[in-house]
Amino acid sequence: MNFDNNNNNNNFYESVGNVTKQTTRPIVTGTSIIGFKYRDGIMIAADNLASYGSLARFKSVERIFPVGEFTCIAGSGDLSDFQYIKHLLESLMIKENYIDDGHVLTAPHIHEYLTQILYGRRSKLNPLWNSLIIGGFHDGEGYLGYADLLGTAHKSSTIATGLGTQLMHPLLRKSVEGRENEVTEEEAIEIVNDCMRVSYYRDARSLNKFQRAKITAKGFEITEPYSVDVVWHE
Amino acid sequence: MFRNQYDNDISTWSPQGRIHQIEYALEAVKQGSASVGLRSNTHAILLVLKRSPGDLASYQKKITRIDDHMGAAIAGLMSDARVLSNFMRTEAMKSRAIFGRPLPIYRIVSAIGDKAQVNTQIYGRRPYGVGLLVVGYDETGPHLYECAPSGNFFEYYAMSIGARSQSAKTYLEKHYESFAEAPLDELVRHGLHALRDTLQQDKELNTLNCSIGIVGVDHKFKIIEEDELQRYLDLLDNVVDTEDIVQEEEEEGQAAPMDTEEA
Amino acid sequence: MNFVPTALEFDTYGQNGQNGGVPTSLYFDPYDNNGGTALGLSGEDYSIVASDTRQSSGFDIYSRCDQKATKLTENSVLALGGFRADGRSLTKRIIQRMEWYRHAHEKEMSFRAISQLLSVTLYSRRFFPYYAFSLLGGLDENGKGVVCSFDSVGSYHDEPSCVVGSGSALMQSFVDNQIAFHNQQVNNEPISLEKAIRIVKDSFDGVAERDIYTGDSLDIFIITRDGVTTEQYPLRKD
Repeated sequence: MNFDNNNNNNNFYESVGNVTKQTTRPIVTGTSIIGFKYRDGIMIAADNLASYGSLARFKSVERIFPVGEFTCIAGSGDLSDFQYIKHLLESLMIKENYIDDGHVLTAPHIHEYLTQILYGRRSKLNPLWNSLIIGGFHDGEGYLGYADLLGTAHKSSTIATGLGTQLMHPLLRKSVEGRENEVTEEEAIEIVNDCMRVSYYRDARSLNKFQRAKITAKGFEITEPYSVDVVWHE
Repeated sequence: MFRNQYDNDISTWSPQGRIHQIEYALEAVKQGSASVGLRSNTHAILLVLKRSPGDLASYQKKITRIDDHMGAAIAGLMSDARVLSNFMRTEAMKSRAIFGRPLPIYRIVSAIGDKAQVNTQIYGRRPYGVGLLVVGYDETGPHLYECAPSGNFFEYYAMSIGARSQSAKTYLEKHYESFAEAPLDELVRHGLHALRDTLQQDKELNTLNCSIGIVGVDHKFKIIEEDELQRYLDLLDNVVDTEDIVQEEEEEGQAAPMDTEEA
Repeated sequence: MNFVPTALEFDTYGQNGQNGGVPTSLYFDPYDNNGGTALGLSGEDYSIVASDTRQSSGFDIYSRCDQKATKLTENSVLALGGFRADGRSLTKRIIQRMEWYRHAHEKEMSFRAISQLLSVTLYSRRFFPYYAFSLLGGLDENGKGVVCSFDSVGSYHDEPSCVVGSGSALMQSFVDNQIAFHNQQVNNEPISLEKAIRIVKDSFDGVAERDIYTGDSLDIFIITRDGVTTEQYPLRKD
């Protein structure tokens, strides 16, 4: 069991036979993502950058994908793990659709499933290195959930991950908390743009090219990548 | 039933296109005491007749709770039923653990169908000797299914299995159109009526030999038996409907779960 | 807990590039502390389990409405502090094990049976513990209020009042004084349910002042012979 070892163990590689099979750190990564409730449902956003350390490696990576008709997943953290999760969910949805008995997996079910997958992997000490936002529309209202590499999960009316917890979450809480049923779509888009702008100004691993998704009673809609106006003084 | 040269094992067809071992397994279901199931737009219920080996013994349980939203009635080999209900309970819990979702009724029934089918195709296996009536309430409403040892399963408005179940079926066929809108008590009354029709001449339903399983909207699956049952049995006694005292007409050649689509 | 999952997403080389760019986190730390405080009180014929609904990690508040206490049966409630993912998983496991008990015996587990189950479940992970501090409140077989507290590997004991979680050190002394009458000379009458609820609210108001991991809202579960009732009480949100 490799958790018996600590960081000071010089014989790390010898004493732990399976170390190379496990994720010990993220490699190609996506930065912060946000999600929040508004009047019509859920709005989430993620930029299109995949970083390799400090290198801006891939600049048109889509980090939001739909699962079924009323759920979208956005992911930050290791992108290969994120793509694996995407693959898992796509396989799952194909199997579910085959059954064709009128039962569909909705956001809370997918949230629970992802939490179990992530918690299962963390318990094998081989985590899927991601923080995920699950946005959906279920039972006539928006559903916004979070799950991460530790298997921690929660629901909230505003969620941000990574550096976004410091840069964007305060903005989100100020504009959304307590007014979840008042924020219009126009205002929600403005909130997204403001958050992503702030993120782009201060998060060195972010990109001014991002996508926005909304999930409402009518289903999901993911925008094409777009930018916001920025002004750099000096 | 005559023994013949094509009924020695499960993997042999008869020239008439029958698999005798499957049909024998279906006979095992008919040996069990009767179980009746029916559903309305809001509830699905089970009613069973329990047997006891003798005056000194207790009555054999025939309804099992699978989960809060699902239960099953059994006719046939009780030991096989125990294995199947254990399987159903495990699957129901897995669904809750992985997706946080009550297991859709159709899925557990088709899983049982698949398990049963395997036993009808592999040499050396024995088909389950048990028929199930599965009721449940899920996102798509109340459901009633029958599962047979052949691996077949069907969804019904109302159904009965087990000994002399044809009498119950006759009653259900006559009345099923009124079940959809029936309130729960009315549904139970119909069910008890159907069940009573399966009784032998000198027998009556009582709180010992009968039990009811109910599931529905805002109603977790609950088994009603013994003292609690009296209220429902009283419903039955209040009604005098001479037409429903059905003459025993065990019709031969009824559609059996072994039948193929053409039949 | 030197591992900060959120920070690692963009900084795999230690906080602010310390250690000359050498990876500081060759190991994955599978634990976190998500904070939260739970209080259990027991009286002659009642017992109370209360826990706040804040879920945090580091300086971030993850959620303001995370229920850490779960009603298990008509006479027992389980509250958990520590690592939330382990707490969730543990609760699920206990509930499913209770379901099998119900299938086998056609009755609900008694309070004492649940506490033993919780203990052996925690101990089954003695060498990869559930980092969860549990508090089980309810009524025993005689209808008397009982509260048990557990450590993360399953040792447990009955207490008239106990606190687990991030605010336990702050709150324990207060409830010892108010409920168990420690260091009081005059007062030793049994506490009525109404007064107990008031003490619960005061305890949390106090702790929410000083513990950043406790706040937002309070779930109070009141367990009596008539079953379990719940009550919400707002706490400070900052």
